[in-house]
Amino acid sequence: MATQFFGTRVKRREDPQLIQGTAHYTDDLKYTGLLHAAFVRSPHAHAKINAIDTEQATNAPGVVAVYTGQDLQGHVDPIPTAWLLPDSDLKTPAYPPLAIDKVRYVGEAVAVVIADDRYRAQDAAELVKVDYETLPAVVDQEKALQDDAPAQVHDDAPNNRAYHWQIGGDGIDDAFSQADRTLGFRVINQRLVPNAIEPRGCVAQYNPGNGQLTLRLTSQNPHIHRLLLSGVLGVPEHKLRITTPEIGGGFGSKIAVYPGEAVVAFAAMTLGKPVKWMETRRENFLTNTHGRDHITDVDAAVRDDGKVLGLKVRTYANMGAYLSTAAPGVPTWLYGLMLSGCYDIPAVHGEVFGAFTNTTPTDAYRGAGRPEATYLVERLMDQVAGELDQDPVEVRRTNFIRKDQFPHPVATGVTYDSGDYEGSLAKCLEMLGYEDFRSQQAQARQDGRYLGVGFSTYVEICGLGPSQTVGATGFQGGLWDSSIVRVHPSGTVTAMTGTNPHGQGEETTFAQMLADRFGVGIDDVDIVHGDTDRIPMGMGTYGSRTTAVGGVALYQAAEKIVQKATKLAAHLLEAREEDVQFDSGEFSVQGSPDQSVSFGDVALQAYLAWDLPEGMEPGLEAESFYDPSNFVFPFGAHACVVDVDPETGETTIRRYVAVDDCGHVINPLIVDGQIHGGIAQGVAQALYEFAFYDDNGQLLTASLMDYAVPKSIQMPHFETDQTVTPSPVNPMGVKGVGEAGTIASTAAVVNAVVDALRPMGITHIDMPLTPERVWQAIRAAEGR
Amino acid sequence: MYPQSFHYHAPRNLDEAIGLLEEHSMDAKLLAGGHSLIPTMKLRLAGPGHLIDLKHLRSDLNYVRDEDGAVAIGGLTTHHALESSDVIRQHLPLLAETAEAIGDVQVRNVGTLGGSLAHADPAADYPATILALEAEIVAQGPDGRRTVPASDFFFGLFTTDLDPEEVLVEIRVPKLPRGTGGHYEKFPHPASGYAVCGVAAVVTKGDDGNVTRCRLGLTGVADVGYRATGVEDALEGQPWSDERVDAAVQSTADDVEPMGDYYASGEYRAQLARVYARRALRRAWANAG
Repeated sequence: MATQFFGTRVKRREDPQLIQGTAHYTDDLKYTGLLHAAFVRSPHAHAKINAIDTEQATNAPGVVAVYTGQDLQGHVDPIPTAWLLPDSDLKTPAYPPLAIDKVRYVGEAVAVVIADDRYRAQDAAELVKVDYETLPAVVDQEKALQDDAPAQVHDDAPNNRAYHWQIGGDGIDDAFSQADRTLGFRVINQRLVPNAIEPRGCVAQYNPGNGQLTLRLTSQNPHIHRLLLSGVLGVPEHKLRITTPEIGGGFGSKIAVYPGEAVVAFAAMTLGKPVKWMETRRENFLTNTHGRDHITDVDAAVRDDGKVLGLKVRTYANMGAYLSTAAPGVPTWLYGLMLSGCYDIPAVHGEVFGAFTNTTPTDAYRGAGRPEATYLVERLMDQVAGELDQDPVEVRRTNFIRKDQFPHPVATGVTYDSGDYEGSLAKCLEMLGYEDFRSQQAQARQDGRYLGVGFSTYVEICGLGPSQTVGATGFQGGLWDSSIVRVHPSGTVTAMTGTNPHGQGEETTFAQMLADRFGVGIDDVDIVHGDTDRIPMGMGTYGSRTTAVGGVALYQAAEKIVQKATKLAAHLLEAREEDVQFDSGEFSVQGSPDQSVSFGDVALQAYLAWDLPEGMEPGLEAESFYDPSNFVFPFGAHACVVDVDPETGETTIRRYVAVDDCGHVINPLIVDGQIHGGIAQGVAQALYEFAFYDDNGQLLTASLMDYAVPKSIQMPHFETDQTVTPSPVNPMGVKGVGEAGTIASTAAVVNAVVDALRPMGITHIDMPLTPERVWQAIRAAEGR
Repeated sequence: MYPQSFHYHAPRNLDEAIGLLEEHSMDAKLLAGGHSLIPTMKLRLAGPGHLIDLKHLRSDLNYVRDEDGAVAIGGLTTHHALESSDVIRQHLPLLAETAEAIGDVQVRNVGTLGGSLAHADPAADYPATILALEAEIVAQGPDGRRTVPASDFFFGLFTTDLDPEEVLVEIRVPKLPRGTGGHYEKFPHPASGYAVCGVAAVVTKGDDGNVTRCRLGLTGVADVGYRATGVEDALEGQPWSDERVDAAVQSTADDVEPMGDYYASGEYRAQLARVYARRALRRAWANAG
């Protein structure tokens, strides 16, 4: 098959309309008689609601309705949790769409005002009087789990424990008894706010005539939203349509079902008028699911040659006030499965305590569990190197799973598909010029400069996932995906995917694939997604699954098209099917190349149906559902070089080198973009971003003036390259790349800063490495 | 981000603007760039009943004039106009450098010197420089014009000597003696770009090679911009040496109570003040020729 597009740097077809401002986001949608919603939100982290007085708001100009939690009872069910951990004591306290008797985090919705104008709705929201009786709050998950916790968030979750979950454990005691030494340390993986550039929103329209409810929603997974909201709202699935207009990023924050969309749907159904809700940036900070927030104690059993024999991990995961849609699975399975990283660690035991606190619920955020696992195991490798006075590169090599050991089952129970960790590291070291680095570092130290290098050799689990396996983890659904490829009579193609790209670029990469397969122009292929009325049931875009699962579903449908078209071409050419070849859009007979028919002609004949082979149905369309046999495991090696100013603690990144391996690459330009953005988010976690709550549960970093989403000038130049180790799991040999940069980069940066400060005896600083934190660590070291 | 409703005024001239201020006083706010005011209104932290947009006054109050012994700058002069003005670059390069350190291109194209000074954000960049340059603020109100030295202008957090009926119309900056160099050294907040610590240093090198004059203005450190007079006194009249500067800057934050927040404690701001003061002074001295 000729590959005109596969592997080439095709510019994103998505971009012109986004850049030119002609794309339609949810907030751009306008309808006659449109009403606007404004939420009344709790200013307290924890309080009883004694009474809500809506009279003044109801009588305010332009107000159509005001609803409280009481009004919704019997009409809108609680927000569901869809990842129910088996073999754990998981508690799922009710998450009411509007708080009823108690509020549990700042920003929790208490009432909603529906008015004819967004400003008047906001004015009236200020007139809703809520009589709160404030209660002590608990913010820190470790404190929340203690007997003397300052607050009990839910009556039906004693000790604020959401769950206790474990993984692995075989041989762990032996590992520790055989070790030459043990090494223990604590790492904090701080809470982050996803901050998609477009906040969340929803426009709900209800047709009382036919009972059809349409939600235009900022969703990464419209079918999952349909399924769950159908239950919440009591609207049958076939009467509920969800479309996703253009989406300005998600990073996981647009996976979950939230109170907002359920409440505006209720309002539209009750009032029989379209209702729009678009959150503000402040609401986005306060109510979109946050990410990370782990406190982790690590103990490792180490041999004196640097080999890690066993790893014990105990994590306290902050779940926030309620369990969001996928929340229980993120700090458990998506984290626990990857605890040994790209290393052959024979025994691993992980346990996680999920805690309820008076904070915004947490859920998936770019990487979702794997950045946390990578961070601790990559910190571990540097801790081992420091302890044994070895080169961190050599410690990694000592522990790597070797190239010839794949497929490789690891102690946590999954089997890595393919990998060449030494290969990506070797390339990274060469790009970095590591041979000379240590002498430069020694010279710099003599000159009083603190120069350091940090590595992160990561592996991650993505392409979620084989349905039977994810079912066994308690995920309430399969993670296959779907496609329809529809060839039109003129030979152009409309392809539908059950995934829902929102910045990842599959409208381009999927078109590249299909254009190559059918030998048509890329502009002859449209990729359609994000409408439950147009596309088959699909699972959406997250977890770096879109190409490795949705792409393969498209690949399979395309194969079905080629099979049928070949059969029809053979009939038209009066040749045997096995003698017909298909290349570059032409079906030809082997040995007589002048006998040929084009893909477009075959499509036309399929629809004319004047002369079809015996038993062939008219038309040229195929559907495919693909359920992968395993996850895929992309990997790579990142290196970061920093300078640390000992007087102020300021860190400057001098170089950032990334070698990533995501199997076969459809579009290197898009892969570079994903890596760049991913590194930016990981570097941001290492240096800048943190969601900071005070002890009263007030989020002090609830604006872009306080919470440092980095700007391009705060980022270093990225030096990127790839190695290619195809996945054997799918016929395309692809893995995922959307989260790789984020998963890898935090550890590289922190390792570099600690490496720079090693002469002072500093072995760890918790993220984000703000200048003050680094300065305080230096002062503490100097005081020792 | 939906502000409360307000009345919008766009007076044609200064007298009209002052008349509106007289009429609405504390219930009015002047719009002169709006980078602080508009976000505050959108968050409903401010809800003025009357917004007085000074856009039509730009033809009168947007200027940089080279006068005898001083440079006069109109209150509505944008940051960009300052950083790109030949007069400023020639006579007051420190002020151009400070304007350059503000926000981003869009902010500098719209934000104004007068708007920033009148707002008196303790982490804005200008207070350090205006204090170090010993500028004067000219305010005009119903009773006419008056001039306030920069050192008397800033009272504290978002408060100044301006009356509610006054418009900040001009900033007058004396030209610097021969042999003077300046530098603005800033540690920006990673999110807002405001100064966690900003230091403006002005030093004059005498014919004998001694420091004949030293001014050190700070912003971001305390709840109001200030001059570190202890450092100035320790250096003035003395021969320059790195050791002397190192010793002098130790007192940079001694006479103030540094602000502390989730990002930078008071203790750390004091450390930044000392380190950035030294850096600013050294660069200023190098610029003094």
